[in-house]
Amino acid sequence: MIPEFGQLALALALCLALVQATLPLIGAANGRVDWMALARPAAAGQFVFVAVAFAALEYALLNDDFSVEFVAAHSNSALPIFYKATAAWGGHEGSMLLWIAVLAIWTMAVAAGSRSVPQEFASRVLGVLGIVSAGMIAFAFFTSNPFTRLTPPVTDGNDLNPLLQDPGMIFHPPTLYLGYVGAAVPFAFAVAALLSGKLDRDWAKWTRPWTIVAWIFLTCGITLGSWWAYYELGWGGWWFWDPVENSSFMPWLMTTALLHSLAVTERRGIFKSWTVLLAIAAFSLSLLGTFLTRSPVMISVHAFAADPARGLFILGLLGLFTGGSLLLYAPRASNFEAEGGFQLVSREAFLLANNILLVSATGAVLFGTLYPLFIDALGLGKISVGPPYFNVMFLLPVLPLAALVGVGMHSAWRMTPGQLLLRRLRWPAVGALVVGVAAPFAIFGAASALTLLAVTIAVWVCASSLLDPVRRLVLRTGAPLTRAQMGMCLAHFGVGVFMLGATVASAYNLEFDVSAKPGDRVEAGGYEFVFRSVRSVQGPNFTADEGEFELLANGKSLGILKPQIRLYQVQRSPMTEAAIDTNVLRDVFLALGEPLGADAWSLRIQVKPLIGFLWLGSGLMALGGLVAITDRRYRVATREARSTEHVEQPAAGAA
Amino acid sequence: MRSRTQRKLFIGLVLVGITVAGAFAYRAFQENLLYFFSPTQVVAGEAPARTFRLGGMVLAGSFTREPGSLTSHFVVTDNVQSVGVTYTGVLPDLFREGAGAVVVGRMSGEREFAADEVIAKHDENYMPPEVAQALEKAREAKGE
Repeated sequence: MIPEFGQLALALALCLALVQATLPLIGAANGRVDWMALARPAAAGQFVFVAVAFAALEYALLNDDFSVEFVAAHSNSALPIFYKATAAWGGHEGSMLLWIAVLAIWTMAVAAGSRSVPQEFASRVLGVLGIVSAGMIAFAFFTSNPFTRLTPPVTDGNDLNPLLQDPGMIFHPPTLYLGYVGAAVPFAFAVAALLSGKLDRDWAKWTRPWTIVAWIFLTCGITLGSWWAYYELGWGGWWFWDPVENSSFMPWLMTTALLHSLAVTERRGIFKSWTVLLAIAAFSLSLLGTFLTRSPVMISVHAFAADPARGLFILGLLGLFTGGSLLLYAPRASNFEAEGGFQLVSREAFLLANNILLVSATGAVLFGTLYPLFIDALGLGKISVGPPYFNVMFLLPVLPLAALVGVGMHSAWRMTPGQLLLRRLRWPAVGALVVGVAAPFAIFGAASALTLLAVTIAVWVCASSLLDPVRRLVLRTGAPLTRAQMGMCLAHFGVGVFMLGATVASAYNLEFDVSAKPGDRVEAGGYEFVFRSVRSVQGPNFTADEGEFELLANGKSLGILKPQIRLYQVQRSPMTEAAIDTNVLRDVFLALGEPLGADAWSLRIQVKPLIGFLWLGSGLMALGGLVAITDRRYRVATREARSTEHVEQPAAGAA
Repeated sequence: MRSRTQRKLFIGLVLVGITVAGAFAYRAFQENLLYFFSPTQVVAGEAPARTFRLGGMVLAGSFTREPGSLTSHFVVTDNVQSVGVTYTGVLPDLFREGAGAVVVGRMSGEREFAADEVIAKHDENYMPPEVAQALEKAREAKGE
């Protein structure tokens, strides 16, 4: 009964989404207040029914209802209860339901947080979100219904893919989706502005905090995914330029560009049509990512076996949303007048450079991701684009971008005298150059030109980001910093820390594949591994061979490492569980491979200096975003909203 | 940007940047394209001398290794032709006889391939899509 209840709830949610997608937009166009007032209750109702549908799926999963096809395919009675719950996003149908649920959360948040915005505009935003939601619910309902029954039911399920049986699975997909789907909010704001023809600095001010929140989730989601890949999937790699990784990374790059462009639009009233275009592009790339992962065009851990109808449906939605918004955009773009000009050396110019470079980086990644698909579709053969392409093409725009960060954040709006910039920045620049060139040689003894350049730029970004906070908080001079400025400094500092980690971890990564027997001592990368034993251990739904190793450095014990190789019983697939010894400066990574005969096992040992800086840097970026949205001007907007809420309440209640 | 000269300068710089980036892109792209070949194509002499991807089924019973050594040897087949593969290193979790695999490397002799990398990334049917297609093609060719 419960699954049918879930399906019914989904159908009702679709009806309410259709109401939300039509009446408020028509009302806004004709100035009918009663129709516009339907937006919030429709959104709230939709949220409730989507929540009921999601709860129904969870109920089926937690109660081992194997008469539901999705549960039978992605769960098992022996699965630990945590993973039974997270199996909801371990397959295609459930993850689409998660997509819809996340959009419903965003819609509710916008409905509640947009009370300070004129009703006509808020109705349009919610209406556009309703269109997106209706499209996605229809997609789930007609092509990927998670509540389909299985006749006859099976006695036990096919189990969750062992790769997904990991704590990372609890957080990575929902966080990523919050970011991914969150790109729909700036998109809705942009389309609403196109519909109303009014695109001013207020518009940018309303859009910006939503964009930042979506960006924070996207940053955290991608970082969690990368971390998960590092210790679970990748034998120690943290980024593979896998098409599915790219499809979450491209919206991140675009949202980052959008954040910066919105800053210019908010402060100076320029770059308007460009900002709108970025908002459309960011959401389109999110949808493209959904299409790439949900159609049979590629195979990876993320791609669930898919059927072509689904791919076509999503492609249709992508065409509708992107094409529709661009059709609205084309005749209006020239109407959005710039409210001022700027000089060649000014913050606007640096932000323009930021945008051009970020868009170039996105273009390079997009090209490398889609080219093999086109070639395949045209029947010209199967090719793949190797990671070196992405490394070169990504670094090419990103290194100058990072170098400009330090200058851009210290330049003023409209124009900055070059002399002043030079005077402020010369010591950080000299310092970065000295540290960046000397440190790699001093610590690692050798360095390539690219490493020196990247380390120098990373140190430069860190130093220039700390300049203002240090001046203000330590030396107590200069103007007080707003929260937005603090957030910016923190996020940019995070970029520097991340770059340092990425550069050093890639350039000085040590990797050894060795064969060893219990009792052997293996020396690798300045560490000593004493192979003590291999024994069998029994998990809840797997058996494993567990190695026991003592890790020593300079004869001193650093602890015991216990890598496992697991065999999951239902799907009979082996999984490597690496053991990692972590400290701030390096990770020692040890994975147990297969038995090689004659008592020997293959081992993969990796020593990765500064890899922790990757996660630290990404965390700082997200934290910077968090600090920035607590800025006074957004808090004031909320407070104004709260005082008007009492007036609006009866109207909403009556409707 | 107020003055006309500044605007021209800016556009010029952007164009130069795009050209340089385009040239780099083209080179990086050409160097990193990896083509896929099936054992039938390799035996027919279609495979290049440079690095490429070879895919097929790992022939059941063909896997051997010196006890205790990291070097292994196995045969990749599309059920019509087959190519021997040598690889030194840790094999991926999902590598097994009778399942599909893609290996990256270059030819080391007549019907012998030296792999730098073994990829066993696939769906629940243990079959990378390229391999499934290659098998299909080989089967058709044989049937005719």
